[in-house]
Amino acid sequence: MHFQSWAEFWAMGGYGLFVWLSFGTTYFLLLALLCYSQLQQKQFKRQLAAKLAREQRVKQYQEQSD
Amino acid sequence: MVALATFLQRELRLLARQKADWLNPVLFFVIVLSLFPLGIGPEPNLLRIIAPGVIWIAALLSVLLAAERLFKDDYRNGVLEQLVATRQALWPFVFAKLISNWLSTGLPLVLLSPLVALLLNVDSASFLAMLLTLLLGTPLLSLLSVLGAALTVSADKGGILLALLILPLYIPLLIFASAAMEAAAMALPYYGQLAIMLAMLLVALALVPFAVNSALKINVS
Amino acid sequence: MFKWLHPLAKPETVYQLCGRLYPWLLTAALLLLLLGNIWGLAFTPPDYQQGDSYRIIHIHVPAAIMSMGAYSAMAIAAFVALVWQVKVAQWSVLAIAPIGAVYTAIALITGMAWGKPMWGTWWVWDARLTSELILLFLYLGVIALSGAFSDRQTGAKVASLLAVVGVINLPVIHFSVEWWNTLHQGASITKFAKPSIDPSMLWPLLISILAFKVLMLALICLRLRTAILVNEQHRPWVRAMAGDQ
Repeated sequence: MHFQSWAEFWAMGGYGLFVWLSFGTTYFLLLALLCYSQLQQKQFKRQLAAKLAREQRVKQYQEQSD
Repeated sequence: MVALATFLQRELRLLARQKADWLNPVLFFVIVLSLFPLGIGPEPNLLRIIAPGVIWIAALLSVLLAAERLFKDDYRNGVLEQLVATRQALWPFVFAKLISNWLSTGLPLVLLSPLVALLLNVDSASFLAMLLTLLLGTPLLSLLSVLGAALTVSADKGGILLALLILPLYIPLLIFASAAMEAAAMALPYYGQLAIMLAMLLVALALVPFAVNSALKINVS
Repeated sequence: MFKWLHPLAKPETVYQLCGRLYPWLLTAALLLLLLGNIWGLAFTPPDYQQGDSYRIIHIHVPAAIMSMGAYSAMAIAAFVALVWQVKVAQWSVLAIAPIGAVYTAIALITGMAWGKPMWGTWWVWDARLTSELILLFLYLGVIALSGAFSDRQTGAKVASLLAVVGVINLPVIHFSVEWWNTLHQGASITKFAKPSIDPSMLWPLLISILAFKVLMLALICLRLRTAILVNEQHRPWVRAMAGDQ
């Protein structure tokens, strides 16, 4: 461990703003991309399932009315 | 060759009928150039320093303006589809487009260059460099804008998309052309820059027609 | 080799494979990222010239390397897509492009945050920063082009063509920017000397580079699966799977 205390760790030898700004934006962007991609997939799966269910209902209704 | 001549004749006739297509970009070039002294100040020495960059950026933008409509009409009225459907080689059509595009956008810039040199207070040594870079560079601009236009023929949204696609590809040309003019202004030799521009032009001339060919086929089918 | 590669042209196989790989890749990437970054942040000595600000290297360099790696991966996929008309390759071009764009943006932002204490300004027209900016434009061009067509298939094909054109242009752009930079050296602020890196600093950096690479693979798996589903939604296997859930 190079730093003596937590306060020193956050200060980063006076460069705290720049170091934590870089790490913060990096993690934020990576996390945003990951969540967005996962959300896209979930949303599409949900849409597809809803579409199939609707088709199923239409088919059943048509069979009943015949 | 006969096919090339036929297509070229057709393109030139179209240009003669739709004068706005090639007059507007040229007008745009002159207007943009006259805006710079108004924005920065009429100081002759300052104008001479920024002239290379300003001239080339204005040239890039005006060529881009003309690129938008290159294939649009042929796509809308079905000419492109007919050409692809006949299964004949597309290259006479592509080269006719290239030549007519250069004649309608590149050549006017070359012809206007003395006027531009006067407006921006360019001395005679830099003027020669400017003429040479425009002669070598505008065909390359035409090649890249034909490529960009071919990629986006059937796109729903044009405009800014085309700029996003081709402007990054123009960067090397911008760098070497303005560097040649700066070198000329300092009385240094600039054959190296011209040679690199010529090399880029030849490589583009060899590769771009293939890319345009497949881009048109993808867009039509 | 083709016998081995051939099943990979079948969307269903790729979908299953990506699904199986994704959780492992994601876990490995997160563990490696944590290990590399904590080691780099807290357990290495500071640089004798740059103090603690050099610790930005542990995300800046991996993001920059992988932003270029993503472009070459995308260009290879695009080449395969155009020459052999492999659909999965077309979709992977579209899956990789946003990842590459985000990595490029990270490299730019961290480069600026590193430049401020070292060079005194947020932005210097340095050769590497400028090429990275142009790389971002190329990625944005591919993304914008793929979304500009009403026909999804045309968009994917045209974007592949642009990726191949871009990869031919990339070295030309890179060298012209580098040459332009040496020409205007007087205007830019003098760069600090690049000393050879100490082994104690090198290991966490290598781990972080690996972490960014594995994370890219995980993201490609995730995004490619979505793309396969969207493009194959009318095929029986997708419908059967969606019906089960």
